[in-house]
Amino acid sequence: MLQTEAIQARRGGFTRRKFIKGVVAAGATASVSGYLFRGSGVFAPMLTAQGAVERLITVNVNGQQRRVDVPKHETLAMTLRYQLGLTGTKLGCDRAECGACTVLLDGVTHYGCSILTHTVRGREVTTIEGLEQDGQLHPVQQAVMDEGGFQCAFCAPGFAMSMVGMLAKNPNPTREEAAVLLSGNLCRCGDYDKILNTAMRAAELSGSRA
Amino acid sequence: MAENVIGTDISPPDLRAKITGRARYAEDFRAEGMVFAKLLLSPMPHARVRSVDTSAAEAMEGVLGILRAEELPVQGGGLREGALTDEPKYEGEPILAVAAVDETTAAAAVEAIRVDFEPLPFVLDPLESLREGGPDAHVEGNISAGRGELGSLKWPASVFEEAGADRLPMGEAPTEWTIGDIDAGFDEADVVVEETIVHQSVTHHPMEPRSCMAYWQNGKLFLHGSTQSTERTRGGVARMAGVDADDVVFIGEYCGGGFGSKISGSPIMAVPAVLSRKIGRPVMLRITRYEENYIGRARAGFQGWARMGFRADGRMTALDLYLVQDSGPFGASDVFTAGTVATASYQPENMRFRGVAILTNTPPRSAQRAPGGAQIVAMLEPLVDKAARELDLDRLEIRKINAPGHDGWLGAQQGPFTSAYVREALDLGGELFNWEEKRQLSGQRNGTKVTGVGMGLSPFTAGSAGRDGLLVIRPDGKLHVHQGIGNLGTHSIADTARPAADVLDLSWDQVEIVWGDTSKHLPFSTVQAGSQTTHAHTRANHAAGTAMLGLLQELAARELGGSPTDYRVADGRVFRAGNRAAGMDFAEAARRAIAIGGKFSGGVVPDDLNDATKAAVAGLAGEGLIAAARDNYSRGGSVYTWVATFAQVELDVETGEVEIIDLASTTDCGTVMHPRSLAAQTNGGVFQGIGMAKGQRWVFDPKWGIPFTKRFYTARPPGILDVPLSPRFAAVDEPDPHTPVGAKGIGEPPVGAGEAAYVCAVADAMGGLCLCRTPLTADMILAELEGRPRPYGLLDTHV
Repeated sequence: MLQTEAIQARRGGFTRRKFIKGVVAAGATASVSGYLFRGSGVFAPMLTAQGAVERLITVNVNGQQRRVDVPKHETLAMTLRYQLGLTGTKLGCDRAECGACTVLLDGVTHYGCSILTHTVRGREVTTIEGLEQDGQLHPVQQAVMDEGGFQCAFCAPGFAMSMVGMLAKNPNPTREEAAVLLSGNLCRCGDYDKILNTAMRAAELSGSRA
Repeated sequence: MAENVIGTDISPPDLRAKITGRARYAEDFRAEGMVFAKLLLSPMPHARVRSVDTSAAEAMEGVLGILRAEELPVQGGGLREGALTDEPKYEGEPILAVAAVDETTAAAAVEAIRVDFEPLPFVLDPLESLREGGPDAHVEGNISAGRGELGSLKWPASVFEEAGADRLPMGEAPTEWTIGDIDAGFDEADVVVEETIVHQSVTHHPMEPRSCMAYWQNGKLFLHGSTQSTERTRGGVARMAGVDADDVVFIGEYCGGGFGSKISGSPIMAVPAVLSRKIGRPVMLRITRYEENYIGRARAGFQGWARMGFRADGRMTALDLYLVQDSGPFGASDVFTAGTVATASYQPENMRFRGVAILTNTPPRSAQRAPGGAQIVAMLEPLVDKAARELDLDRLEIRKINAPGHDGWLGAQQGPFTSAYVREALDLGGELFNWEEKRQLSGQRNGTKVTGVGMGLSPFTAGSAGRDGLLVIRPDGKLHVHQGIGNLGTHSIADTARPAADVLDLSWDQVEIVWGDTSKHLPFSTVQAGSQTTHAHTRANHAAGTAMLGLLQELAARELGGSPTDYRVADGRVFRAGNRAAGMDFAEAARRAIAIGGKFSGGVVPDDLNDATKAAVAGLAGEGLIAAARDNYSRGGSVYTWVATFAQVELDVETGEVEIIDLASTTDCGTVMHPRSLAAQTNGGVFQGIGMAKGQRWVFDPKWGIPFTKRFYTARPPGILDVPLSPRFAAVDEPDPHTPVGAKGIGEPPVGAGEAAYVCAVADAMGGLCLCRTPLTADMILAELEGRPRPYGLLDTHV
């Protein structure tokens, strides 16, 4: 029996570490790491000493120059959420699978969980918080209000950013084109019908505003 | 007169916050001095912790504390799940937690901890555990023996030999009930169909993982979490933390999806709650998608067998059902609902149900939208199609023949329904989908693509009664509806407040919803699960609205003379009938109520209120005109909702891929409260069902007992390109006569309807061939079409 063999293998005084190695060899991983927030904790001096990258950088977020202290490996989503207080950008998977963290870089959609903050220096970052102008909702946001969009709405900021990116690329999409352009975002509530209604309404509102 | 708000589309009051990024979910909260925790997860599916050496971790700079299982007020053991354990029952079960100044340090500390695990036998497939000498999920056994105790169930080898490889072995079943005489039922049948059927287990995977943050202030625990219910979560959190409910403030304003996995808190919430007290710092525990796969709950899978008998006229004379449930390590109750749900579809003249629930070392189960219901609908509906083909009956017709009417009955007790417009829903669906025309397309070939059409009828429980409503008219003149239910995205937080507005003839912009924080004085509520909320809380708020109306009339009579019945209420005013000027507006009524006190502003409350509601009223006393009432309306039967979904698919015979061309769903869920939201709930549920039918699954390494499918990319829920661009929807919209507003719930039944419609449509495209398992992946379909041997056993799970 495979299982008996596995149990015997493990009974040889395995530490957790060794077991993981064993499992890795068997083709799977059991790591708890990844998706970590480093903050300005104990590793900070050590990292500075490594001296590979300047930590104190300026990023342009929602039209403002923000000075932040960022370790070189920190993702944009983490910087936005934990250093700049912009928690509208959600983390649903942290591995570019769900799109909840979608933001715009120079108007183009990117997954915030898969971009290092250091790489966005000199580029314009737009988050969900940056769409509203002087209390006036962005056409995409207004479309959500008009269509009663989203259910739990954890995916909503990401979808909204993808819609903004979509309209920049194709201001007048068909329903089918919209679905393709929004297919990088996942909605577990399955509210896709309403999301597409919202996308079409957003195109209409953007057109009338322009 | 204000316009009636029931039945209209509204923008939920929290929508602007959701779409501007201001809505704060659990992980969006911060507290001064907040630190982070990480979990050490079991690398084995079943083991015992022999020893733990934390010395290296504790010596690390920035490590603030380590929490072990024995420090938790709620201990695991037997079928009780603890937040942490020294005897893990599945790979990924949390063993301990480390708090540190940042997450990296916490994770490094977790890696530095040496745990000596003694591996124990594990089981992934319930049938393996039923064999004599087969492994058990717990040292003490493989089944629940009641009251949290474990027992053992083994079947003799002859049971397995008799069944062979392709038929479910059916030994002694702990659960068995019958209706009528099953043998007589089959004797009467002209056609009998029989299949062995497998339904997979599926992780809920809400978009928001169950992250949580906790801190203590003046002896009170403040916990930010993601749960479906609010008022009903507080007690659980209090137990986890070992304090009185009065010392807990639970905050959950938004919930990024639950689907049954976050009904009233998650065991893991105990970790930040207890750890933050231990180290004296606020603790944030961020749950990753990877961890969510383990601790985030899943639907129980079934290995089943069914035999159905039909008379030539299409009536089901007998249904014999046997289900083996994969209960995970701590149990699941799906199997106990499944047989009951089947009666609500088919009203079999005779029936036998047998069920076995076996514990396994796979991630824990909990209710998932239509627990037991979705599975059984998706498993049985293809058999009904098979019988219809043999009887040369239309597939829609055979469902109408067997569906319950208002005189229908439910389950072993054969109790009544409050209402059942099932045939109406089926007829409406047939029209909406254009079934008559579409069914002619069945089997039509276009290049490599073959068309299939199918349908699924899915019932599920959709209501409960006896909760409380709590309303306050404050001196701002607005009606504040206090909602103890949660805000999980169904819009029920707003929709169930509508009856109060309608009873008071108040326009919707004069209504404020108070929710999401137990310090805001919330009334006793249903747990937000089982599609109870719409039914339960339209009733509770209708009762409270009626009580408020009475108080307004009484107050006006007392202040302005005459008797209460002389007064009317409309547009935010209470006034003498026929003389609008002789009265006062709500703001004035609130001011006077505060001045008078007593029953007008919460000083005296009805005796039959739940203690939680009484405490909420006491907290609000003197702040306005306060009405609280219990839902004492009669109920008159089981509250059920039915959804029928119709699907047209194209199966590519070269690739095994299936594309859904058209999808239409209809429902009998009583009065429509919120048309747009109802359609969205239904379509979303249908899509979740299609996700199960199409590909979401678990795959385990049989040697090590660990899952390969841990993330979205290995078990992806449906994306926007997986579903039709414009699914259609319609509701019967007939009020349920046993509830004042007429509304029933909708959350659960669409899932089974969507799943069954898909499975049946695929079978139709394959000429009526039922593969009798979910998911139906492209490679399985292709192997079947090409006549290649199946790469899996008929009874195999996790494939």
